[in-house]
Amino acid sequence: MPILSLLIWLPMLGAIAVLFCKEERADLARGLALLVMLISMALCIPLYGNFDSGSAGLQFTEHLVWIPSLKINYDLGVDGIAMPLVILTCFTTLLIILASWTMVHEKVTQYLATFLVMQGMMVGVFCAADSLLFYFFWEGTLIPMYLSIGIWGSQNRSYAAIKFFLYTFFGSALLLIALLYLRSKAGSFLITDFYSIKIALAAQLLIFIGFFLAFAIKVPMFPFHTWLPHAHTEAPAGGSVILAALMLKLGGYGFLRFTLPIVPDACRYLEWVMVALSLIAILYIGLVAIAQVDMKRLIAYSSVAHMGLVTLGCFLPFIIVQKTLNTQGAILGLEGAVVQMIAHAFGSGALFLAFGAIYHQMHTRLIKDFGGVANTMPIFAAFFLLFVMANVGLPGTSGFVGEFLVITSSFQAGFWVTFFAATTLVTGAAYSLWMYRRVFYGEVANENVRQLHDIRGINIVIFTLFAISILLIGIYPDALLNVMHTSAGHIVELSMQSRL
Amino acid sequence: MTLSDLITIIPELFLALMAAVILMTGVFAPAKKQLPYYLVQFSMVIAAILTVWSFYAVGKTTTFSFNHSYVLDQFSVILKLFIYLISFVVFLYSRNYNQERFILNNEFHVLALLATIGMLALVSSYNLLTLYLSLELLSLPLYALVALQRAKMRCIEAAMKYFVVGGLASGMLLYGISILFGVTGSLDLTEIAHSLSRLQGAHNVVLIFALVFIISGMAFKVGAVPFHMWVPDVYDGSPTSVTLLISAAPKIAGLALFVRILLAGLPGLFVEWQQILLVIALLSIGLGNIVAIVQSNIKRMLAYSSIAHMGFMLLGLASGTADGNAAAIFYVITYSLMGLGGFGMIALMSRAGFEANNIEDFAGLNQRNPWLAFMMLILMFSLAGVPPLVGFIAKLSILNALVSVNLTWVAVLAIIFSIIGAYYYIRVVKVMYFDQPLEAEVISCPNDTKVAITANGIIILLLGIFPGILYALCQGLI
Repeated sequence: MPILSLLIWLPMLGAIAVLFCKEERADLARGLALLVMLISMALCIPLYGNFDSGSAGLQFTEHLVWIPSLKINYDLGVDGIAMPLVILTCFTTLLIILASWTMVHEKVTQYLATFLVMQGMMVGVFCAADSLLFYFFWEGTLIPMYLSIGIWGSQNRSYAAIKFFLYTFFGSALLLIALLYLRSKAGSFLITDFYSIKIALAAQLLIFIGFFLAFAIKVPMFPFHTWLPHAHTEAPAGGSVILAALMLKLGGYGFLRFTLPIVPDACRYLEWVMVALSLIAILYIGLVAIAQVDMKRLIAYSSVAHMGLVTLGCFLPFIIVQKTLNTQGAILGLEGAVVQMIAHAFGSGALFLAFGAIYHQMHTRLIKDFGGVANTMPIFAAFFLLFVMANVGLPGTSGFVGEFLVITSSFQAGFWVTFFAATTLVTGAAYSLWMYRRVFYGEVANENVRQLHDIRGINIVIFTLFAISILLIGIYPDALLNVMHTSAGHIVELSMQSRL
Repeated sequence: MTLSDLITIIPELFLALMAAVILMTGVFAPAKKQLPYYLVQFSMVIAAILTVWSFYAVGKTTTFSFNHSYVLDQFSVILKLFIYLISFVVFLYSRNYNQERFILNNEFHVLALLATIGMLALVSSYNLLTLYLSLELLSLPLYALVALQRAKMRCIEAAMKYFVVGGLASGMLLYGISILFGVTGSLDLTEIAHSLSRLQGAHNVVLIFALVFIISGMAFKVGAVPFHMWVPDVYDGSPTSVTLLISAAPKIAGLALFVRILLAGLPGLFVEWQQILLVIALLSIGLGNIVAIVQSNIKRMLAYSSIAHMGFMLLGLASGTADGNAAAIFYVITYSLMGLGGFGMIALMSRAGFEANNIEDFAGLNQRNPWLAFMMLILMFSLAGVPPLVGFIAKLSILNALVSVNLTWVAVLAIIFSIIGAYYYIRVVKVMYFDQPLEAEVISCPNDTKVAITANGIIILLLGIFPGILYALCQGLI
């Protein structure tokens, strides 16, 4: 059974079906979308169960001739790093569809269709084994994201949507040229074929720049992060969740799949630049987050800071291996990066969705408009506390595992790297807990807060699902680590070779 | 002239006959019946069948006729079929528009038919004389069509500009042709190619002189920088039905013009014309995309966008490989489909006494007619070159051809300019989807146009997902 193709195209077909539902019968559309996502989740079970974690190669491969004249093929396959991200994509979309019952009441069918299309595209990005197919889906995700910010966003949505689109569209332009150049060297568009070609350092650096712009803007890394606060703040709850949980992961995934194994010499050449940018993101953006008065902006900046740990974990291996020749430590850092990606998806995604639940009643994002929410919404406050703790990186939650792995491995790269990386523990706790205190504790601040209703029904289900995943990864991370260990080792091995 | 000569031009002859018939019936038939419209659509279908038939009748091989001045080959048949298809849809889109504005129904269809014959003849010409004559047959009816609403100053102005500039371009082309004739002693493209290879670099200065004039003339006709000034004025000044006609199918004929003269006639001067084409193409992409940003008039915006797209098409030819040529053909066909949809949508949005010329007129279209908005969304993203739409595949194939001949820097410049261009396309999407409508009235359109615009959008989407068939068709044509 072509599981991966089903995961890509089933939601797309579902989207078409949903569009045919009348707006008055929104519940039918929601039910249809939910059904599609439940089938997708069911398909993820054999994906996880039949996955052979001892192999670093692509599994569940599919091959179809697509554009023979350009030698582009429809090649799919997942390895230990892509597979968890595929499941994450389905899981997140499922929760967004569930949340649409209470949080979306305007153009519901179009909303559902947008997110179903996005789900298909995202899975496509993670599964593509052909680099042009990867690019096809990579760019394709822009259309539904652009629409979701622009149509269902808040006041300043047009600006945020256009900024998001142009910024990321610009970033991926040179990626396309780099891929075409690699294809002219390798003779095919298969990503694995790119892993064995020799390229001079000057060309490697140019390719690196092409990759870097695309992936660093998506992650986003420090000087390219300015689109993110706008996009996050203006996007609807579902859009923010997708942005935080999945869209940013595309960048990290790109680094792991393309930059590290294809141009390792350029990575070695620029390793300190990348590490420095990651550390700036962790420290500086962490401080910026503390100063935010807007709750959504605060979570957005915390995303940038957390993604700094991901890029740090991606580029640490080069320094570690050079200094200590210890590849195990390098693999640890890389695994930390992937775990951090998934942990951040749960933590930050849950926060954005939770904020959506309260924004739906309050229609304000400013922290000062809240206060004492715990008095009126005790269940919600409890969930929110767990999500905040996951964001801080409390042991037992998913946030801890990734941070711990990256920071531990950074010791081998040097004391100061660890020192700056570890500031995330301080700043993270500062902005998260301070925000939590101001919003949830204290006296009931105003009449609006007094009239808040606690979450019920479907929302409790959604938040419970989030909470379970956070705790599951936090308590038993091996479920994730076992799957990705061989693949992470393979990537480290590829990136330690010289391609000159 | 033999019978086999005649077979190769049967579709053109048939259309010429129909033009005369329509002209006569139009005089006597009541205006309300729209007889010319149905006749012209009928003749498009029949001509398409005749074209395929004649190609089969000559044995599916490249057949020259009329002393090697006319050719029926796979390239011309494919291009002609797309010209029929596009003209057919153009007439479909413009029917209501013309009717509501009392545009002379009879004259519109006869002139458009004559212009179509010009395109068909251009695609098949294999001699500088026939090329020039068919180019004139294409251009002259268009000048008249632009001036069809003769009471409107803007139309008169546009027609004057078009006529003067077009006449100038023809003059330049003719001058270049005469120099070329002087050096090679022939008007036949094969002969010219032969004598150029015999000359082996002699008379190079004179030849380059001729080349520059010829390329300038051709660049005028397709509207490439720096000969683009007429494009926005004419697109904007003409009635939308005429803009539709000018913007879609003639681009295909324009490609054929370049292909015949440069590839068939002047392959010996490849190094020289490659440089000229690269400069013209990059300037077109740059200027077209940047200037389009500041347009508030959607017809002008699409005019500048067409300049940029013509630049992309020329880049494919400039790469000089079979892949590049195939990419150029693919590009021009898909662009015509997109341009057709874009201007068709403008014609659709316009109602009696109201021209949807400004981007603001599309505000809140998603609330007023979600289906039309979705089709426009597909068209705009496709023009911007975003996957999964065909505009992306078209750009990809051009860039691929450039990178494969080590013109990577050209590819980088081209893609950066087209990123800049993405802004104005997504602004249209923004206006349609994010803004509130200026009027609440629901937009409706006749069923046949609705089907056509739907097919247009869906084809662009499907070609983006399954481009293989059309691409294989474009390959090996030249």
